Amino acid sequence: MNIFNIIKEIEKVDPEVYDRLDPRRAVFKHFAGFGKKLAAAAVPLAFGSVLNKAYGQSTSSIREVLEYALALENLEYYFYKQAAATNLFPTAAAKTAFETIRDHEEDHVAFLRSAITSLNSGAPTTYTQASFDYSAGGLLSDTFTNYGTMLAVAQAFEDTGVRAYKGAAPSLISNDAVLQAALQIHSVEARHAAHLRRMRRDAATGGVASNKPWITLKDRGGLPAAFQGIYDGEEVTTQAGVPITGTFGSVTITAEAASEAFDEPLTMAQVLAIVDPFIK
Amino acid sequence: MAENLEPTPVDETENRINTPFNRRNFLKYTGVAMAATAVVLTTSCDDDDEDDMVVTDDSVNLGSGDVGILNYAYALEQLEAAFYTAVVALPNFNTLFPNATERASLTDIRNHEIAHREFFKKAITAAAASQIIPSLTPNLPASALASRESILATAKTFEDLGVAAYNGAGKLISAAGVAYLGIAGKIVSVEARHAAEIRDMISNGTFASGAAGVTAGNIVDENGLDVALTPMQVLALAQPFVKEKLNGSNLPTQ
Repeated sequence: MNIFNIIKEIEKVDPEVYDRLDPRRAVFKHFAGFGKKLAAAAVPLAFGSVLNKAYGQSTSSIREVLEYALALENLEYYFYKQAAATNLFPTAAAKTAFETIRDHEEDHVAFLRSAITSLNSGAPTTYTQASFDYSAGGLLSDTFTNYGTMLAVAQAFEDTGVRAYKGAAPSLISNDAVLQAALQIHSVEARHAAHLRRMRRDAATGGVASNKPWITLKDRGGLPAAFQGIYDGEEVTTQAGVPITGTFGSVTITAEAASEAFDEPLTMAQVLAIVDPFIK
Repeated sequence: MAENLEPTPVDETENRINTPFNRRNFLKYTGVAMAATAVVLTTSCDDDDEDDMVVTDDSVNLGSGDVGILNYAYALEQLEAAFYTAVVALPNFNTLFPNATERASLTDIRNHEIAHREFFKKAITAAAASQIIPSLTPNLPASALASRESILATAKTFEDLGVAAYNGAGKLISAAGVAYLGIAGKIVSVEARHAAEIRDMISNGTFASGAAGVTAGNIVDENGLDVALTPMQVLALAQPFVKEKLNGSNLPTQ
């Protein structure tokens, strides 16, 4: 399956998917600031509604978002299933960590499948090990034979997952139950990401000693350059028009700290481009 | 949930993106980006709640609507920032944490929490200066700062509580306040990264497993979901760490 097949699948339930992925929507991102309070009476409510729909908020359907999440969770689950079965782990704790994460991804797959089923809009897509290519089309030659590579791919998937759920959350604002569940999965993915980053920081071999549990600027932490897209955009130091850097009391918040303090979203299109090499 | 705006008519939805340059010019000349904020703030005010934040008898009313949720987050970030500032400033910090990597992690977390606190302070001031809560007075028992174990236990409580608070607050943000949901999402995953690191410092491998601490049961449940708590649940757990009485009675509940 490739990216266009994914979009074709989505198109079956959401005919407007191509419009929603239109990159021109990005122009509205710049209007997401917290401006000065003006007289609201001057703004026709209908126009506010148009703006709300248009700026920064994707209007993907609930089904579309859940299928998107399901594809990513399957990608992760089958990766950890294969990874946890290797004998590459230097310690029992490292193997246990992969098993813990694998089990969570399996739970996420089951949870998302039941959530999709409950929408009564057709059965959820089923994936198998054969759906995925963990060599990323030959880019990676030793995903399951080199501990360092295996850790790096795991970090890449988790950091991508965090950004994917973050980007999708606004599309779920109309459905409280699904939104909350997505946020509850999102923070678990972030816990996974932090632990894998810690494992890479502390690994005696195959690690990256400078790694941190959080993302500094757009540092890809020793991953191949092909993975830069996972971290591009993380380097921002302004949020909603507010500069995050500065000196507060005796503490100076550097660009590094400011970028670490806020994780950034990715759009569905950006995420699908990142994971496309891994999906047959 | 506060009132949602009217849904966009279908024909407008189809046309809204087709003329980006015209739209952009329109936005530029009408200053509608700022006005949009006013829509967000006013449409999310439910009815007859007082606009002004009220402090009486050392009680702090977080307010209502989306601004109330922002104040709620600001209150929690104030507590976290105060705690880590105190930890890193301890005269025996290097003795309690002889491992330089652990000291770096705690210092990073302090910086992140200060960044979050200052962000909310500026953002709420810009959006609704009359409704921002004041600086709170932390109430950190000496025992919380007495040992590596007690510091990490307190940190774990704060971080897991922060994650649960943001997870539970997302759905309380109005449809008009979707930009705030985006901001909350940017912060909560960093709090989750902190939570994982702190838990691993206590016991490696407990980043997303083991007892939740802030609630009964495990931090990640059988569906693979993290904890989500209501503001009332969170405020009850946070109250011991702040001298003022936190009043969240006007916050949205759905």
